[in-house]
Amino acid sequence: MEVVRLRVNGDERVCGVPAHYTLLEALRYGLGLTGSKQGCDKGDCGACTVIVDGRAILSCITPVWEAEGRDVRTVEGLANGTELHPVQDEFDLNGAAQCGFCTPGILCSSVALLDRNPSPSRGEIRAALSGNLCRCTGYEKIYDAVEAAAARLDP
Amino acid sequence: MSSRRESTQHSIGDPQRNGSRDGESGLSTIGRPMRKVDGLAKSTGRARYTDDIRFPGMLHGKILRSPHPHARIVAIDTSRAEALEGVHAAVTGRDMPVTYGIIPWTPDEYPLCVDRVRYVGDGVAAVAAVDEDTAIAALDLIDVTYEELPAYLDPHEAIAADSGPYIHEPRKPGWNGNITKTVKLEFGDVDAGLEDAHIMVEGDYFFEGTTHTPIEPHCAIGLAEGNGRLTVWSATQVPHYLHRELARVLDVDPASVRVIQPPVGGAFGGKSEPFDLEFCVARLSMMTGRPVKILYTREEVFYSHRGRHPFHMRYRTGADREGMLTAVDSEIVMDGGAYASFGLVTTYYSGQLLTAPYQMPAYRFNSTRAYTNKPACGPKRGHGSVQPRFAFEVQLDRIAEKLSIDPIELRRRNFIGADTRTVNDLRVTSNGFLECLDEVERASGWKHKHRRLPFGRGVGVAGSTYITGTNYPVYPNDMPQSGIQLQVDRSGRVAVFSGASEIGQGVDSMVAYIVAEELGVPLAHVRVLAGDTDFTPVDLGAYSSRVTFMLGNACIDAARKLKAQVQEAVAAEWGARPGEVLLAGGLAVRAGDTATSMPLRVAFNLAEAMYGTLGSTGSYNTPKDVHGTYRGATIGASPAYSFTAHVAEVEVDVETGFVTVEKIWIAHDCGRALNPVLVAGQMEGSAYMGFAEALMEEQIFKTADQGRAGLHNAPSLLDYRIPTSLDTPALESLIVESIDPEGPYGAKEAGEGPLHPSIPAIANAIHDAVGVRMDSLPFSPPRVWRALRAVEDGRGDRVAGLRAAGVGGAT
Ligand code: FES
Ligand code: FES
Repeated sequence: MEVVRLRVNGDERVCGVPAHYTLLEALRYGLGLTGSKQGCDKGDCGACTVIVDGRAILSCITPVWEAEGRDVRTVEGLANGTELHPVQDEFDLNGAAQCGFCTPGILCSSVALLDRNPSPSRGEIRAALSGNLCRCTGYEKIYDAVEAAAARLDP
Repeated sequence: MSSRRESTQHSIGDPQRNGSRDGESGLSTIGRPMRKVDGLAKSTGRARYTDDIRFPGMLHGKILRSPHPHARIVAIDTSRAEALEGVHAAVTGRDMPVTYGIIPWTPDEYPLCVDRVRYVGDGVAAVAAVDEDTAIAALDLIDVTYEELPAYLDPHEAIAADSGPYIHEPRKPGWNGNITKTVKLEFGDVDAGLEDAHIMVEGDYFFEGTTHTPIEPHCAIGLAEGNGRLTVWSATQVPHYLHRELARVLDVDPASVRVIQPPVGGAFGGKSEPFDLEFCVARLSMMTGRPVKILYTREEVFYSHRGRHPFHMRYRTGADREGMLTAVDSEIVMDGGAYASFGLVTTYYSGQLLTAPYQMPAYRFNSTRAYTNKPACGPKRGHGSVQPRFAFEVQLDRIAEKLSIDPIELRRRNFIGADTRTVNDLRVTSNGFLECLDEVERASGWKHKHRRLPFGRGVGVAGSTYITGTNYPVYPNDMPQSGIQLQVDRSGRVAVFSGASEIGQGVDSMVAYIVAEELGVPLAHVRVLAGDTDFTPVDLGAYSSRVTFMLGNACIDAARKLKAQVQEAVAAEWGARPGEVLLAGGLAVRAGDTATSMPLRVAFNLAEAMYGTLGSTGSYNTPKDVHGTYRGATIGASPAYSFTAHVAEVEVDVETGFVTVEKIWIAHDCGRALNPVLVAGQMEGSAYMGFAEALMEEQIFKTADQGRAGLHNAPSLLDYRIPTSLDTPALESLIVESIDPEGPYGAKEAGEGPLHPSIPAIANAIHDAVGVRMDSLPFSPPRVWRALRAVEDGRGDRVAGLRAAGVGGAT
């Protein structure tokens, strides 16, 4: 066991992890933040996507040590208190989450996109989500939700 | 910023989404875009899937898997593994020597192999340890001695075998143990129909196997308590069947077994039977008294499979001068993999489900499912009927081409109609197929595109039908297929206890919409507790597109019984007739006198005072007069059928063979869309999955020449290519509502039917674009490139000439 210090969703956290842990394992098993999902554990599906220093990254192939001293944001940290981030709300309104297993990762990719590009085109949304596999939706409703959220953020 | 967000924030129950009562349908919640009851949990990360659940003292299990495609287990010794620090228990097949199978007539697998392994990846032993690392290390210490047996990787070779060792013991002496099932059925005089036909089109088709690939890997947790109780949490689509099999195989009183199904992260048929991990976590917990979890790796998901069978198909289709079908004949060999799974049903479905939406005067099919030493195939979205549909709709396109009839027109002419029986005696009620054809024709601009686009670009059409639930459960019984229970408290809240499985399709939301509609309560006052065999009535599971129709009807039944009690109590209070009491918008209102009203909470309290604690149950069972009486007539029977048509538009690069699907228009007759957003989501997800099978996906295994026989070719999400956002075409949903007479508010299925036409529509579009007939899946660049070259070289026997015919197939 090693001790790792992480800043997650604004909280300074300390946890004991085996030295080989990935950021995803530390989040899920060390801190109990199970919102980030494991779909493949090898960087292929995007279900584990979190935001580190403003960039969407794959936490399953990120050694936990690389996240030390950085700002980690997960699906649990997207809402502002009880107020949902518009993209979370629009996911519900647009039916963008079916089984919902890809959803935390896609939300993180979407928020990272909207933070740097508040009014993305559909093509830009498509490109930004190309690392997140969704097996349920065919992606259309996800684009709709991100577009609607962008319109709310930057009307 | 925060005020701006607030100003546009929608919430459940706000008028913008709930709307007012729909004048035309008389419905207020049903038919409208509504939020999902689990939407918030899923968009905040709070939904707890099976692997998100942890218990104090929980152990982690791992399963040792066979490296051989076919071998005898000579000896197996777990003692070195058990001696490893941190290992708490090990099990082998001998600890659970009871066969099971989702179909009670074909139980042919053990939780762990007892004396024989039948595919690379077959489970032979399992361990439980303090953590995953220790469990993995323990697997290396299990000593297994195998004696290799010859492996069958090709279904034709398996069928041709005339002596053992077969993959399974023959059920009768002299039989071939490599065959799961053969079905031969004939309706009408097929030979005469083909003889009399003006034209007969004949073709061989190959559908490559594909797998479900839910993003959530299978996961289960077992917890045995000292009092004999056993609880299993599992990412399953069939908690009821799992409940039965756990009790039977582990020899535990069913009343002591509880199955809890947390939200499932995608399934598509891939989680619709018991798997080794569920038996192993239960057994390991019974041995250790500790909770035990097993989470499949992504590789294990690929090996557990139960996905689409590879089909080798030969079709002969006859038609008269006008393009009316005269007879259809098929021969199908199915590559089933190592175990039966749902294979008995698959074998029937491969023929039974082709007989609509077109009239067939005569029809014959001869289907055989072979065992091979590969992971077992089973039901994947559109079970058993996606493969024949591909072949048949390409056959129709060829007939249209030969007779110079527009392919949409050809399909219209052969339309079977509503309220009729198919040639194999399936009862068809509502049928919106013609509207589906109209919709895709209009929306795609078909008339300006078919045979009119420049060379390399084309459009194709296809149609299909699918069952709305299978008419009979997998084990014979007369009890309802779906049950529901409602309970009302004094605050006006209604609880729904539903045995159905939420796998992303929205069933938990659907029952809430129905309760809101029937009782007039706001959606926010409905709670749904689902998928827990200790507390919810039986629903048979999320398979065969049965849930909306069957559970929806059960829910209406329960809600109306409750409503009658509330109306009675309020009517007594007002001195009115019960029929004059309307429940809507959170109120009880007197008809014709809207000034007389009371909050529903008060109405519920009056009813509780009159009848005691308020609750009701509802159930649904299928009608039994919807099929013929021949052997097998019940398989393929359904209380209703959905209908679909697609147009696909493609661009083909003739230099590389690369096919780009630009767009798919999907028109689907779902009876009534209970929530159009969710229905469109099912349609788009289905078309996406069909597109993926058409162009990209292959669940294939290496032969001995390619390294190691039976090894999965690409068991990862990188190499088994499922479409990303950049690969997926634009998808446009066109909902058609035929209002089924028996469906809940007229609804039928939407989750599987809309997959079928994607594949043949794309094949037919490729023909329109470049004049080649693709008869083998997937239409990957090498296959398309070779087909193009074959035509150029004059070797394309089944194909209209490419350049000679004038570009784009325009003749
Ligand atoms: S779990 Fe990280 S990419 Fe799949
Ligand atoms: S919603 Fe199921 S994987 Fe995307």
